[in-house]
Amino acid sequence: MSEPILHITGLNKTFGPVHVLHDIDLDVRAGEVTALVGDNGAGKSTLVKCIAGIHGADSGTVEFQGKPVHIRSPKDAAELGIEVVYQDLALADNLDIVQNMFLGRERGSSWLLDEASMEKAARETLASLSVRTVKSVRTPVSALSGGQRQTVAIAKSVLWDSKVVLLDEPTAALGVAQTRQVLDLVRRLAEQGLGVVLISHNMADVFEVADRIAVLYLGRMVAEVHTKDVTHGQVVELITAGRSGDIGLARPEHAVL
Amino acid sequence: MNDPVNQKEPTMTQTPTESSNTAITDFGIDTTTMSTSEAVRDYVSRLRAGQLGSLPALLGLVALVIMFASLSDVFLSLNNLANLLAQGAGQTIIAMGIVFVLLVGEIDLSAGTASGVAGAVLAMHFAENGNLMGGMGSTVFVLFLAALGLGAVLAALLRIWAGTAISVLGIVIAASGMAANPWIEMLLALCTGTAIGCITGYLVSRIGMPSFVVTLALFLAWQGVILQFIGEGGVIGISSSPVLNQVANGNLSVLGSWVLCVVAVGGFAALTLGRHYSRLRRGLVTQPTSIVFFKAGAMAAIGIAATALLTINRAPNDNIVITGVPYVVPIVLGLLVIGTYVLNRTQYGRHIYAVGGNREAARRAGVNVTKIRASVFVVCSSVAALGAIVYSSKVGSVDPQAGGLNTLLFAVGAAVIGGASLFGGRGRVSDAVIGGSVLAVVANGLGLLSQPAAVVSIVTGLVLLLAATVDALSRRRAASAAR
Repeated sequence: MSEPILHITGLNKTFGPVHVLHDIDLDVRAGEVTALVGDNGAGKSTLVKCIAGIHGADSGTVEFQGKPVHIRSPKDAAELGIEVVYQDLALADNLDIVQNMFLGRERGSSWLLDEASMEKAARETLASLSVRTVKSVRTPVSALSGGQRQTVAIAKSVLWDSKVVLLDEPTAALGVAQTRQVLDLVRRLAEQGLGVVLISHNMADVFEVADRIAVLYLGRMVAEVHTKDVTHGQVVELITAGRSGDIGLARPEHAVL
Repeated sequence: MNDPVNQKEPTMTQTPTESSNTAITDFGIDTTTMSTSEAVRDYVSRLRAGQLGSLPALLGLVALVIMFASLSDVFLSLNNLANLLAQGAGQTIIAMGIVFVLLVGEIDLSAGTASGVAGAVLAMHFAENGNLMGGMGSTVFVLFLAALGLGAVLAALLRIWAGTAISVLGIVIAASGMAANPWIEMLLALCTGTAIGCITGYLVSRIGMPSFVVTLALFLAWQGVILQFIGEGGVIGISSSPVLNQVANGNLSVLGSWVLCVVAVGGFAALTLGRHYSRLRRGLVTQPTSIVFFKAGAMAAIGIAATALLTINRAPNDNIVITGVPYVVPIVLGLLVIGTYVLNRTQYGRHIYAVGGNREAARRAGVNVTKIRASVFVVCSSVAALGAIVYSSKVGSVDPQAGGLNTLLFAVGAAVIGGASLFGGRGRVSDAVIGGSVLAVVANGLGLLSQPAAVVSIVTGLVLLLAATVDALSRRRAASAAR
């Protein structure tokens, strides 16, 4: 087993009096899809936002490629090669695909953008991910379907030579065929050697693409297991009760008081 | 397995080349050049999907011109057309600045009176021969310098260094008491506008007040400042300065007009054709060559025809000769080119659109949203000051009503009629020019038909209402066509 590319230990986060994340440990390995599951309010999105630098963590260490790092802003995360595809997509409707993919990191001088080079790179990235559903890279995002938007958002995240991609419920609002496309894309990211974190509510999706499953329960990481070692039912129990058999939280009678 | 980068490479090269080729050809429109008929059909389908751009405003402009030409003999006379250009120029320039603010989804209600302050400072510097302290009184003068200084400091806090530099330049000019010089006066007006914009921008984007409230308050405050500068019932004439008078009332020489025509038409053709062929060479998305040539040709025809007409003597009586393109034309064209370049070709312009389209997405992409939102107010007020120079020149004087009343509302109206959206993210500088032309034609045409002010106001309002309706309906179409 390889060393994790992203290694988080003892991460805590509070919003005022609410302790959202308790001592979270999480490993993300290159070339693997790690599914992050948990019930609503378990802290999945908060954890992703802490990793992405949107929220600052209160305590805890983050090691990236074996070196401790401090992620204070989205820029820090982007410089390390950590990209996030958000649930609400974070694309600007009025810009076209190329402009969205390069937003904030435009090529060329700031006084004369190099449109040609950006357009080529965008097309090559979409092609390397075998994205076939988009007619033109100059289509404004407002004219794309939900699945196509998700595809663009994911392709945007791989354009940057990124090493870890975090996907926040990429299939939540999609139809069957579009979900299929996005899951294929997720698999392809891992095959290209990226560390992929997939947040999802859909157990079928998780079992289809994930190599490992990390379960959050009320802000605690209760299990990190290999997908092949667990069943659907066990994961659902972990999500809803925090334990399943010997996996997960200690039974109350064994708990140290 | 340890180094993900090394692992990425072999996977990429393992991908069979034909698979990536198929993928590229899947972007059918991108690689194969469209035929002319396909391009036309594509354009029509985009229109049907609600992406109207400035087409409705252009059609409206043509309809208005035809209507007024048939109702009034004077409307299409060369003298009136040249006059119309100068009449509309001031509000059109202010509208160009407003477009920047509208693009990020904000509003600047103070742009009109801010321009009035700039105009008042310009007029006072001219009338008092540079002795602003004498004109304003020492207390007011110190407060004026302090306001410029405040603009410089706030711009520095926002890291908008251009704003700081221009505001400081304004302090230097005002405090040094240089003798009256039309160019210095125009520069001082610009500096005043910039400093005002820095203050507005800071209040909106750093303090976080809604732009509507901030600029409504400043609208009232600047109106008071103009009154203080000019004095109740006062008027400061500036038409005795040849340069200040010529800005909106003078014309290029016939030779100069043709040079302008060649530069503008040639430049447009060189840019569009050059860009088209370089994109074709690199295999990028292009329009059909025939359409590009048609566009360049049409612009050339319009430019040459307009220049030819404006170089004919258009004097209303035989004793004088008036020829040449009015100076306001190169001024507006120059601002149009600069504004279009900034919005379309620079990173700054791209970020303005991004902030207007989805502020959160822009923030997550690393765009400095605070700075962008503040900077558009600086641009708007600075451009409004340029507008003040033009309209003050047209009137020949500055009075306490300068930039007040409808100035701002007409400017916003012009931008919206041209196709800029009040919700942000959509609009171009050319929208302001087209919309400004519509409003100028309405005002001029109804004036020629000697309609009372009541009718002018009602018609202008209806035109604006129509434009907003078209915007809302096309927006709804676009929303329903998206999915």
